[in-house]
Amino acid sequence: MHKHFLSIERLTQTFPDGAGGTLTVFENASFGIEKGEFVCILGHSGCGKSTIMNVLAGLSDPTSGVVKMDGVAVSGPSLDRGVVFQNYSLLPWLSALKNVTFGVKARYRDWSREQVLEHATKYLAMVGLEGDVIHRKPSQLSGGMRQRVSIARAFANQPKLLLLDEPFGALDALTRGTIQEELLKVWSKTEQTVFMITHDIDEAILLADRILLMTNGPFARVAESVEITIPRPRIRTEIVNHPNYYAIRNHLVQFLGKRSKELAGQRSEGESQSPETVRIDLTENAPDPEPKPRPTHLQAVNG
Amino acid sequence: MQSLSINKRAAILSFVLLIVFLGAWEISITRQVLGEALTEYEILMGLGQQRSAIPPPSDVMVKAWEQLSNPFYDAGPNDKGIGIQLAYSISRVLSGFGLAVLVAIPLGFLIGMSPVAYKALNPFIQVLRPISPLAWMPLALFIIQDANSSAIFVIFICSVWPMLLNTAFGVAGVRADWVNVARTHELGSLRTAFTVILPAAAPTILTGMRISIGIAWLVIVAAEMLVGGTGIGYYVWNEWNNLDLTSVIFSILMIGVVGMLLDAVFATLQRAVTYAE
Ligand SMILES: Nc1ncnc2c1ncn2[C@@H]1O[C@H](COP(=O)(O)OP(=O)(O)OP(=O)(O)O)[C@@H](O)[C@H]1O
Ligand SMILES: [Mg+2]
Repeated sequence: MHKHFLSIERLTQTFPDGAGGTLTVFENASFGIEKGEFVCILGHSGCGKSTIMNVLAGLSDPTSGVVKMDGVAVSGPSLDRGVVFQNYSLLPWLSALKNVTFGVKARYRDWSREQVLEHATKYLAMVGLEGDVIHRKPSQLSGGMRQRVSIARAFANQPKLLLLDEPFGALDALTRGTIQEELLKVWSKTEQTVFMITHDIDEAILLADRILLMTNGPFARVAESVEITIPRPRIRTEIVNHPNYYAIRNHLVQFLGKRSKELAGQRSEGESQSPETVRIDLTENAPDPEPKPRPTHLQAVNG
Repeated sequence: MQSLSINKRAAILSFVLLIVFLGAWEISITRQVLGEALTEYEILMGLGQQRSAIPPPSDVMVKAWEQLSNPFYDAGPNDKGIGIQLAYSISRVLSGFGLAVLVAIPLGFLIGMSPVAYKALNPFIQVLRPISPLAWMPLALFIIQDANSSAIFVIFICSVWPMLLNTAFGVAGVRADWVNVARTHELGSLRTAFTVILPAAAPTILTGMRISIGIAWLVIVAAEMLVGGTGIGYYVWNEWNNLDLTSVIFSILMIGVVGMLLDAVFATLQRAVTYAE
């Protein structure tokens, strides 16, 4: 069997349902993520995305099942898995810069003050925060700026795996676009593995190599893994013209609109449940059939 | 009037109120003294003397000038400057309060972080907290056998509760997200306590400290009246026994001023650690 960089094996999570019974969020969920991959997960509210993310982060233990990173079982949080929380989770008493150095100091304990400062400033600059702004407290920053500080904090630690929980949920479309591009830029430079929860289909298509689709809970499962067959660099305004774009988008909309309900509530009956791989590529039958090798070095979107 | 800022208008109003109040006080007292001819009986019983001894504000001001121009003189056990007396009281308050900080903050952390510790200690706290600090005085005097230390103990016991409860409350209320930030950065429990929980709970803790120092200052006056010897509480009582009401009123004012200053110090500290979310 192929060894994934991150492998989720037969993960089951149950909670007390508040009425004396148990609520099974998902059962025997299994999937893998490759090194350097950008994976998004889509699913309806309450299906268990954050629960999976918390398990991946090591912040909570699953009822059963294991998560292995580089072949080693995950137990507890680690600096190798950076998390960008949905609500930014900046420490409000520290300035933007101090929030980032907080992380850097934790990661590189033997670094000098200057090294830490330089590193933190570099990553803040990478997400477009420079000058006076970095000395402001989170409360004095806009939502988008806070989000960028949070991303800088996670990236500055150079974790092997980056976990993002609806990181752009609260942002307006314009800021969202800018930060998405910054995220891609940083990611392509550092070649980290990213696992991201989102509710936005277009965002997922723009960013991901692969999109995992979850059915509704309870007994939710990761039903499909949809490859995004649109070459990088992807530019927001241009990918919509790519022949695969609407085909993929329709598939995703169909899934979320209809099939996520139809497939819901199916018990695993003890089987490991892996997603079915879906590859939609209309260009394969095109006049120019020369198979393009997938770019291994991903470039920044310069939109 | 319209063009003045709210602050200026308020200051003018305060000043006017003060003048009116002092004026009314002054006038009512001079009238009383001049207007009422003393009966022979009153003179015999010394009653007239006592009544007219309520001093007018002008006397208090003269007294204040006298005292404040030489606050640290020391002419024997019953005649020390107001500065010395206040210094005794403040040093007792700060010792008792300091001890309370040393106990309340770590214990508050423990209670705030561990539901078991909270449940185990809560019954004790609930019973001990409503006890008037002065009720401890006889027991303290008996066990400690030293008036000064007993006063410090009473301050300790009265300032420990607000700090303990506020620390526990603040620590328990630290957002799980912030603790998770510490966890994902693999911070140990000590580092988490100092770099995340302490700053997060600091405003609540400081609120507790501010309440405590206020109570401690209230209690020290009463405690010193009981134990005697030195301190502003003793001073007030001693001047009352000397029937020197001018000094009594002056020292009441000083108690107010010092209490206000202590509160201002903690208000400043509180502002320094407060953060906006
Ligand atoms: N600590 C908990 N105790 C009990 N039930 C829980 C707990 N955490 C989550 N759940 C339940 O598990 C289910 C999945 O929750 P989760 O937060 O993972 O959803 P989600 O997919 O992230 O939703 P959203 O998109 O709205 O963020 C929900 O039904 C929720 O009620
Ligand atoms: Mg969620």
